[in-house]
Amino acid sequence: MINKKLQFIIFLIFVLSIVTVAILAPYIATHDPNEAVLTEATKAPSKEHFFGTDRMGRDLFSRVIYGTRTSLYSTLILVLSILILGGGLGIIAGYAGGATDTVIMRFADMMVSFPGMALAIAIAGVMGPSITNAVISITMVSWTKYARLARSLVLKIKHEDYIKAAFMSGTKTYNILLRYMLPSVLPTLIITAATDMGGMMLELAGFSFLGLGAQSTSIEWGYMLNEGRAYIESASWLMIYPGLAIFITVVAFNLLGDSLRDILDPQNDDQILKSKRKRVLQTERKQVKRESLA
Amino acid sequence: MLRRELYKRFLQIAIVLVGISFMSFLLIYLAPGDPVRAMFAVTGNIPAEEVMEEMREEMGLNKPFLIQYSTWLSKCLRGDFGISYSQGRPVSQMLSERVMPTLNLSLLSLIMMVIIAIPIGVISAINKNEIADYICRGLTFISISMPNFWVGLLLLYFVGVKLKLLPVVSTDMGFKKLILPAFTLAFAMAGKYARQVRGAILEEMNKDYVSGALARGISETEVLWKHIIPNAMLPLLTMLGLSLGSLLGGTAVVEIIFSYPALGSLAIAAITSMDYPLIQGYILWIALIYMLVNLAVDISYRYLDPRLKKGA
Repeated sequence: MINKKLQFIIFLIFVLSIVTVAILAPYIATHDPNEAVLTEATKAPSKEHFFGTDRMGRDLFSRVIYGTRTSLYSTLILVLSILILGGGLGIIAGYAGGATDTVIMRFADMMVSFPGMALAIAIAGVMGPSITNAVISITMVSWTKYARLARSLVLKIKHEDYIKAAFMSGTKTYNILLRYMLPSVLPTLIITAATDMGGMMLELAGFSFLGLGAQSTSIEWGYMLNEGRAYIESASWLMIYPGLAIFITVVAFNLLGDSLRDILDPQNDDQILKSKRKRVLQTERKQVKRESLA
Repeated sequence: MLRRELYKRFLQIAIVLVGISFMSFLLIYLAPGDPVRAMFAVTGNIPAEEVMEEMREEMGLNKPFLIQYSTWLSKCLRGDFGISYSQGRPVSQMLSERVMPTLNLSLLSLIMMVIIAIPIGVISAINKNEIADYICRGLTFISISMPNFWVGLLLLYFVGVKLKLLPVVSTDMGFKKLILPAFTLAFAMAGKYARQVRGAILEEMNKDYVSGALARGISETEVLWKHIIPNAMLPLLTMLGLSLGSLLGGTAVVEIIFSYPALGSLAIAAITSMDYPLIQGYILWIALIYMLVNLAVDISYRYLDPRLKKGA
């Protein structure tokens, strides 16, 4: 267990250092990422340009560094919007039950029985290519997993005594949802979101690579690869470094996600003990509550 | 028993298809841009506004949404997905041309994936927490974290440009052209499957029948090959079905990198040229194929898993 925690801390530092690169991009970059010097176009990596230059003569190293910002920021927005939409709908479906539940969950079933990414590509295409639209369309097809999760968690606690007590003492519905349902659902959803970061980053980069995400005005790794693709024979650095940047970042997030899951894995002896203790505590609390209610 | 189940499943598929068709029609209906203008834009000369208005009336574009939807749906049911704006040919024809290349690519990549993933998963499971396991898990991790378009580009660069083993661009549609795209897809999927195989085998190993067999003196290798592996493979079938379903929907990224003309690149072309009938046809097609593949997988379980056959 100590080993696993140490592992987690190392991976956390790995992720945080990437975040630091994003924050400190202006200080790390050696050139202005948007400054085009056409006489310097498609120069191979050198002391002046660590990763070479692209076809507009822009410094690739600086662009890759600045690209960290775009990738982290858009992935974070994407994961958060999936979490909010899916989690919100799941909590509502679970708590309201009846027709609301049926409509939301049948809709979710329909989305699952269909290859989501193809639909997301179509939606992004129809709305027009931009990072925002890519985020919206991936959100529209990915929320179902979170909705199911949130719903099942809500159903688990819905019939607990303290919820009934809150309901009977006249607590408003949105207060029950916000103060009792949300806190019990959120930890699991956030862990799921953390393990999904890497995968979502890949999806977004893939969209940009297809020309359906970031456009030439923004600095994005997937789009850089798309531009570099044409120069595969003459300027291979244009496809090697942005790809490497995506790979390293995704590795960092996946390592962190995996170790997070390892730590929270209920099969761990430590964890079982803890949860047993928790259960005992809970039953005690319940008894106290029952007595106080009676 | 089976027949009733089948009727139920077909009904479900029909309902989902209607839902999907409604969504895709709504999506295009709400999309910015004017289909009539788009149609004329391809030919190059845009006629007077009156002519376009007449055209709209003729195409039924001024009718209410639900009427437009039901006429479109009834045409679709007869296999008529309309005429592509960008190429002026029937959408159904354009889609069906791409089916065979898509099928070839999908099947080859699945076969390659199984050849890579199963041995890695098995080696990893039987050497749990030993060096071989760590190496296999490392490979699995790389496969999961690497963007497939980057894998494709690297393969194209090293195999095509550096080593010149396979042509970078070729018009030949044979087996050679399939190798790199299929391998790229297989590489990206293998990690997920290897993890699954490892997990499934470890789970089977802990079951009572394994201890029972070992206690009766059956050798470990025999138990592994005759009992554990076949039992562990069964759950993979569902995953394989899902993968085949989404592969048949096209693999845009890989098709574009290797300029392989299958469904994915057709869809991207349709999107960039705002070819709405083609986009709608494509969405309906993949929905249908995805659900049929999954139905086929569920049916095949009945034959592969004796427990289900007896109706227990």
